[in-house]
Amino acid sequence: MHDAAEPILRVENLHTWFFTDGGVVRAVDGVSFTLHPGETLGIVGESGSGKSVTAKSIIRLLDEPARIVEGTISFRGRDMVHLSDEALREIRGAEIAMVFQDPMTSLNPVLRIGRQLVETMTAHRRFGAKAARERGVTLLRRMGMATPERAMNGWPHRFSGGMRQRVMLAMGFANEPTLLIADEPTTALDVTIQAQILDLLRELNADLGTAVILISHDLGVIADVCSRVLVMYAGEVVEEGAPEDLLSDPRHPYTWALLHAAPRLDQANDGDRRLTTIEGQPPDARDWPAGCRFRARCPFAVAKCVEHPDLLPIGEDRAARCWVTQDGATLRPPTHARAVGEARTATGVQPLLEVRALAKHFELPRDSFLEPHRILRAVDGVDFDVFPGETVGLVGESGCGKSTLARVVMRLTEPTEGRIVFDGQDITHMSQAAIRPLRRRMQMIFQDPYGSLNPRMMVGEILSGPLRLHGLVPAGGARERVRELLDLVGLPPAAAARFPHEFSGGQRQRISIARALAVEPGFIIGDEPISALDVNIQAQIINLMIGLQERLGLTYLFIAHDLAVVRHISDRIVVLYLGRVVETAPSQELFARPLHPYTNSLISAVPVPDPHLARRRRRIALQGEVPNAVDPPSGCRFRTRCPAAATRCAEETPSLTQAAPGHFVACHFPGSVTVV
Amino acid sequence: MLRYLASRLCIAVLMVLLATLVIFLIANMVPGDPVLTQLGDIAANNPDMVAAFRHRWGLDLPLWDRYWIFLTGLFHGDLGISIGSQRPVLEDIAQYAPATVELSTIAFLLALIVGLPLGVVAAMKRDTWIDHLARSISLVGVSAPTFWLAFVMLAVFYGALEWAPGPGQISASTFPPPTITGIMLIDAPLAGDWDTFWDAAAHLVLPSIVLAASTLGLITRTTRAAMLEALSQDYIRVARAKGLVRRSIMLGHALPNALLPVVTLGGLAYAQLLTGTVLTESIFSWPGLGRYTFQSAVRLDFPAIMGITLVVAAIYVLVNLLVDLSYAALDPRVSRR
Ligand SMILES: Nc1ncnc2c1ncn2[C@@H]1O[C@H](COP(=O)(O)OP(=O)(O)OP(=O)(O)O)[C@@H](O)[C@H]1O
Ligand code: SF4
Ligand code: SF4
Ligand SMILES: [Mg+2]
Repeated sequence: MHDAAEPILRVENLHTWFFTDGGVVRAVDGVSFTLHPGETLGIVGESGSGKSVTAKSIIRLLDEPARIVEGTISFRGRDMVHLSDEALREIRGAEIAMVFQDPMTSLNPVLRIGRQLVETMTAHRRFGAKAARERGVTLLRRMGMATPERAMNGWPHRFSGGMRQRVMLAMGFANEPTLLIADEPTTALDVTIQAQILDLLRELNADLGTAVILISHDLGVIADVCSRVLVMYAGEVVEEGAPEDLLSDPRHPYTWALLHAAPRLDQANDGDRRLTTIEGQPPDARDWPAGCRFRARCPFAVAKCVEHPDLLPIGEDRAARCWVTQDGATLRPPTHARAVGEARTATGVQPLLEVRALAKHFELPRDSFLEPHRILRAVDGVDFDVFPGETVGLVGESGCGKSTLARVVMRLTEPTEGRIVFDGQDITHMSQAAIRPLRRRMQMIFQDPYGSLNPRMMVGEILSGPLRLHGLVPAGGARERVRELLDLVGLPPAAAARFPHEFSGGQRQRISIARALAVEPGFIIGDEPISALDVNIQAQIINLMIGLQERLGLTYLFIAHDLAVVRHISDRIVVLYLGRVVETAPSQELFARPLHPYTNSLISAVPVPDPHLARRRRRIALQGEVPNAVDPPSGCRFRTRCPAAATRCAEETPSLTQAAPGHFVACHFPGSVTVV
Repeated sequence: MLRYLASRLCIAVLMVLLATLVIFLIANMVPGDPVLTQLGDIAANNPDMVAAFRHRWGLDLPLWDRYWIFLTGLFHGDLGISIGSQRPVLEDIAQYAPATVELSTIAFLLALIVGLPLGVVAAMKRDTWIDHLARSISLVGVSAPTFWLAFVMLAVFYGALEWAPGPGQISASTFPPPTITGIMLIDAPLAGDWDTFWDAAAHLVLPSIVLAASTLGLITRTTRAAMLEALSQDYIRVARAKGLVRRSIMLGHALPNALLPVVTLGGLAYAQLLTGTVLTESIFSWPGLGRYTFQSAVRLDFPAIMGITLVVAAIYVLVNLLVDLSYAALDPRVSRR
């Protein structure tokens, strides 16, 4: 395919190990690949598989106590492993640039944007100070900044995450590098912003011919941008090939599992909502198992797998590290028991939760004595119902008020206006004492499984705490109940005597769910409960939540920004924009016939792990970002970004009106912008 | 920025006023009667003399009236008459303050000029001999007791080696320059008297080292820690990935961030130096505020104590204001929201 040109980067048998006090962490353990000029290479794999360490090894940006113990990295003929520090410095930022995951912490907070951008160019003496400044303005404009001159003089803290990532990309491309390495550049961003950044990356690659290594844990993101993919597992490359081949016909069971663990927007779930998961944890990097490293979790394992397989070509232009597929076998897609799902939304019954005209305004601290308080309208007139036994999904970009809404509904903060009725009781202004018995029936699970569990308490105490609080300790003591709860969420009884830090992220989220379930609630609000987890663990938690719902008849209000996940588990979906509901409909209906321009652009922004479809699909490029909730736009709040906005939209606030049974939309011109 | 300044200034003035009130109340509640300490036993047994004394110094008025008198006086630049020296308190303070300001400022500059680079270098060369040296210096500086350090210094450099002059602000044989600012290092050159300047400078060496020691230790330690903290941030990794040279990563990226905690500490330390010279001044016979404070406290000289406290409060508030302003200048997140 690339025979014509010499590769610019050749990594061979790379071993990067960390020599820690607790042992040698073999983070990267025999990675080889080549990269040709202008090529886009994706690296996927779960957390800890060695993606970032591989990338950092290329420019030797390794933290102590890491060392490249074996292997060669040759970049345009230069031996990167043994290059002098000064020669290396001249390559960094000039020939190989790197963009990191977190744009919020990647810019120096006390230096102006312009200074940080300009020094990238002047450090390599390609541009003088003045020329660099001019080029900085041009670059920022190219990256889609509306007022680049002003941005040059701005301070980082004034910029949103998406804007900062544009600045980082401008720095990355400043010296016209041969290679740009982007380590999860969009993971910290909203889907809509992610789509903007990926578009930009693709364009820059096409226009400037810069080769790109894109690291992501999201196959959809990779398929969107890359022409080749490496799949990493346990410090090794386990599969390599073109995305269309890998995604339609994975030849390594781990790729197979990754592909089927994530719910997809382009595939309707007909009935069974369980996702395919692989059990267990990735192996310990200090002590890789002998034989195939995936064997303990592999559903396809055969006797031969006790020997360590090599990465060998299978078919044209692709390779896999698996005995089974090297023998010519293919991996068939998982089969589901396709029980036809019944809509769980009960009709004609009283809703379990009724929210009417709910608002929560925050008073911001004053800039100085002399100014009035500014009001941030986080939630500003929201109506929705949740019926017993159903799952309602709440979606919207960050800053739309999802978490605030959840906290107000739980009465963890006081509502400013409106009404909340839970199971027929008006709890809007109920005192905390009066609400206490109701707390038992509504529980909340949070995003961060690390922060929400007390690190000094054993899991057994964490689970029996709520029992004591609500006087629910059974006669035989809390022990038995704790064991039951652990069993319910798939943890062994021994977990009760351990501390939260001894568990992985997914296991901790299981513990939070067990804690929420301890008091036998009927209603659970999950605020991004799976967002911080790897795809496979996400799938496990989703399956757990679905199973619990079936067994215990739970009602869920599920907040997430991942549309595919929300569609997968929700019966109905509420789309929120700047503190208001813009559309609500049954899940199938919403995705079959999205009416609000915002819903359409959200859907179009989700990357799908199918390159053919990705290329065919229309992307509704959403301009800009969510405006500030202190001064929301007049009329329709979405009008500043809406491709269909008209004069009427600025003058008249659209109200939520029914377009089809159960399908409500707040737009003057519903259906004017469509993806499907 | 201007608005920020204005609101900080308002707060500062309020703080000083509040401080005077608190101090006034405390001063009037401490057990101990100035009548006794000032008049002596015999006169204190004579009711007429006591009444006259109390009337003369306003001690017979109700508390709030006395506070009011104090406040109105304050607005006219009048801090009352010292019971001990029988002179206006303001004059006393004006006489003693310059020596203290001179000593503390030199000590502070010394601590800053040595401590800051030492901390930066220690962080840059972490775990090398220079880092170990910096950490030892800061440990000694912070933990050595002032009086011990003062005696050792005097014994070694004055007594044994005779490298430095003894206690006092200038040598007995030297005539002080005409008072303009009251600060020798300024007044002497103004009078063209360079001999006196060098004599005064030599006398400053030992006491300022003694006074600077613990501040130097603190500044070194804080700078080092703040640099290490800054160096562990993501933006440093980005700077390395951009191919910047090491010096501009350290001084251009890490240092501006590391300065933030140092500014806070430095301000506090300077205020402490200005107000905490009692011990050092006594040992080095330094004619400064520290000694005046000591004398006034012993005599329960209320007007003087009030005046000194007011100065101390004003120093703290002023230094805090300076800290806030430099913070705002250094950290855009504070002032430019
Ligand atoms: N400073 C360090 N000290 C010791 N081990 C480390 C260090 N940094 C990374 N590792 C180990 O190296 C291995 C690979 O880490 P790496 O950061 O490359 O993973 P990754 O694939 O990028 O994961 P993620 O998706 O979480 O970013 C992990 O086992 C990790 O624990
Ligand atoms: S070699 Fe065996 S254990 Fe490893 S992935 Fe292939 S089938 Fe699974
Ligand atoms: S009301 Fe107007 S601006 Fe708002 S979404 Fe509809 S078309 Fe767009
Ligand atoms: Mg990583």
